[in-house]
Amino acid sequence: MTTEDYRFAQPHFLGIAGLNRPEAESLLDLADDYVEQSRRTQKNSDKLRGLTQINLFFEPSTRTQSSFEIAGKRLGMDVINMALGTSSVAKGETLIDTAVTLNAMHPDLLVVRHSASGAAELLSQKVDCAVVNAGDGQHEHPTQALLDALTIRRALGSLDGLRIAICGDITHSRVARSNVALLNLLAAEVRLCGPPTLLPSDADRWGADVFHNMDEAVVGCDVVMVLRLQSERMDQAAIPSTREYFKFYGLDRNRLAKANPGALVMHPGPMNRGVEIDSDVADDPAISLVTKQVEMGVAVRMAVLDMLATTRMEAAK
Amino acid sequence: MTQPILIQNARTIDPASGLDEVMDVLLADGVIAQVGTDIEHPSHAQIIDATALILAPGLIDLKVKTGEPGFEHRETLQSAGHAAAAGGVTTIVIAPDTQPVIDDAALVEYIRRSSRGTSLVNILPAGALTQGLHGEQIAEIGLMSEAGAVLFSNGDTGIPNADIMGKALSYAGAFNALVSCRPEDASLTGRGVMHSGELSSRLGLKGIPIAAETIAIARDIALAEYTGGRLLIDQVSSAAGIAMVRDAKAKGLEIYCTVSVHHLTLNELDVGEYRTFARLSPPLRAESDRQGLITALCDGTIDAIVSGHDPRPAEEKRLPFAESSAGACGLETLLSGALSLVHHGDAELSVVLGALTSGPADLLDLPAGRIAANAPADLILFDLEQPWVCDAGQLLSKSKNTPFDGRRMQGLTHATLVAGAVVFDREGRCK
Repeated sequence: MTTEDYRFAQPHFLGIAGLNRPEAESLLDLADDYVEQSRRTQKNSDKLRGLTQINLFFEPSTRTQSSFEIAGKRLGMDVINMALGTSSVAKGETLIDTAVTLNAMHPDLLVVRHSASGAAELLSQKVDCAVVNAGDGQHEHPTQALLDALTIRRALGSLDGLRIAICGDITHSRVARSNVALLNLLAAEVRLCGPPTLLPSDADRWGADVFHNMDEAVVGCDVVMVLRLQSERMDQAAIPSTREYFKFYGLDRNRLAKANPGALVMHPGPMNRGVEIDSDVADDPAISLVTKQVEMGVAVRMAVLDMLATTRMEAAK
Repeated sequence: MTQPILIQNARTIDPASGLDEVMDVLLADGVIAQVGTDIEHPSHAQIIDATALILAPGLIDLKVKTGEPGFEHRETLQSAGHAAAAGGVTTIVIAPDTQPVIDDAALVEYIRRSSRGTSLVNILPAGALTQGLHGEQIAEIGLMSEAGAVLFSNGDTGIPNADIMGKALSYAGAFNALVSCRPEDASLTGRGVMHSGELSSRLGLKGIPIAAETIAIARDIALAEYTGGRLLIDQVSSAAGIAMVRDAKAKGLEIYCTVSVHHLTLNELDVGEYRTFARLSPPLRAESDRQGLITALCDGTIDAIVSGHDPRPAEEKRLPFAESSAGACGLETLLSGALSLVHHGDAELSVVLGALTSGPADLLDLPAGRIAANAPADLILFDLEQPWVCDAGQLLSKSKNTPFDGRRMQGLTHATLVAGAVVFDREGRCK
């Protein structure tokens, strides 16, 4: 048997939680091919020509939405963007009403972002097409975890045994939840660090070591992943001020020096410069993988869309 | 460099180690160099003959208000230092309720800097727990910790929003900071001015029910348990409240508490005929509450006795009771007041001294508060028996409000040493 026998073949892509290691690796392997395709002058193929992809974004997003749009177009699909902050939802339509309406248009792939945890799962029960979770509330952002893993794998060869610190606002981060799950699946050692008000008290049971002191958290790390401080998601301010936050939880060169020599820096973006990360670190191409992450984003999304579409077409035969 | 001092023949009591013997103690370079009998004295050392006096660690007072900055007519850091030295208090923690509020690292640094050289005793700033003490947004606990704030308190006001109190406890945990909170439900306290009971109803004064305290204690204990924070409950006043603290400690929670010397020694009857000097916050409670607090002192539930020093000038006290300000001076009467518990047979001397020295030192992780080699030479000499009458007019504080005014006291500080230097010498024995 080859890994091809274990390739990702689920009907939807809702989270890392439902994946096993061969499935995850099959997606990363395919994404590797799409990195090459995307670097060519002629980037588009007609592999999925005739299929329709709808990007359904209930939350405003620039980078994720355009990444999915480019991914779909490079595979030859017709891609339609629906920014719902301004249309039907504003008129009072529920999530399920919207889903049923779109389902009647026979899309093949529905890429969904919503501010409520569990929204993608709910939608997947109501439509006939494949659903891709592009971020649901504070739950999962599985394509972000895949692109982070691919970025690390291409930079360091393998994730096996790497020590990776995820620092910042863990409580409000779907990126952190998906990353902890995937990095564990790929046998990396995961650390979580943030002020206690931004780190769930039982996060140690997610499969990560918990730190509140960032100087200690980065010791021995190969990668330091910094998360965005999501002030907009906080009911009441969980930190006193951004200046205190930067002092104790901001990543600058001094703090990074406590990690392993050659340690790499990641950030899912958009960055709050001078709050969770110093520009000096974020913009240094020798240590920052931030722009690589964006490139890998398109590739892993092509892989996810491709495998979901392939599974559907095979099932239809 | 100060001259070495050899204190001879004092009954030396160190509550932390249980020492209680006639000993000699040699001080040099600001620390205790040697504790023993027949210490050979260096030729250049000053000798203090302390026969018939008790030598104990200097008192550490976790709850002191001055008026600096903002209300210097009440008290300055300098005048508070003089009062403290006369009362045998060698370290005071300054509450953040000043104008401006101490909610910024620069203000913590200001208190430290402006007390250096002007104050006779050690001054440690407490930082505000919430910005402006408004109870709405956590203050910069990390930056203030680095600047030297030793604990974080919301001053004399509670935090009404439980979520914010929980976040403060949780956040402080990252810096291992001690959070102190006054247990008071503001909606129940309302405009109350004294303990709610028969006396308040007879006097026609609005009462503050014990539930105002117990509800807040129950909430804050639950939040400390939920967040794993370290909580110092400031000035418990009721028997029911202290029983809740005892139960929380038995569960292994990091809950600590203080009680003011006034609540251990006075009760609601001291309000008498509308004496505004006895208007305190929290209010003096019933005798059964005072007895409950004494029991808690003896069984170790109370970690520290504080003065609750809150100087209020005459214009805030010479008013109808309900219009006067709450608060009492306490630094100069802290030791004598607490010693009355010993003289009445309510508590052992070592227990009382422990709650004034090593107890608060342990809460703040200070090396002071004990008599041992290399500990800071912050010491007091006092006469356990000496009778005197408290005269508010003689207080060194800028304000003269004490509920002990006119009261016969027993036990008096004779000398106070800070960092090995005599800063107060009542009878000239240290010359």
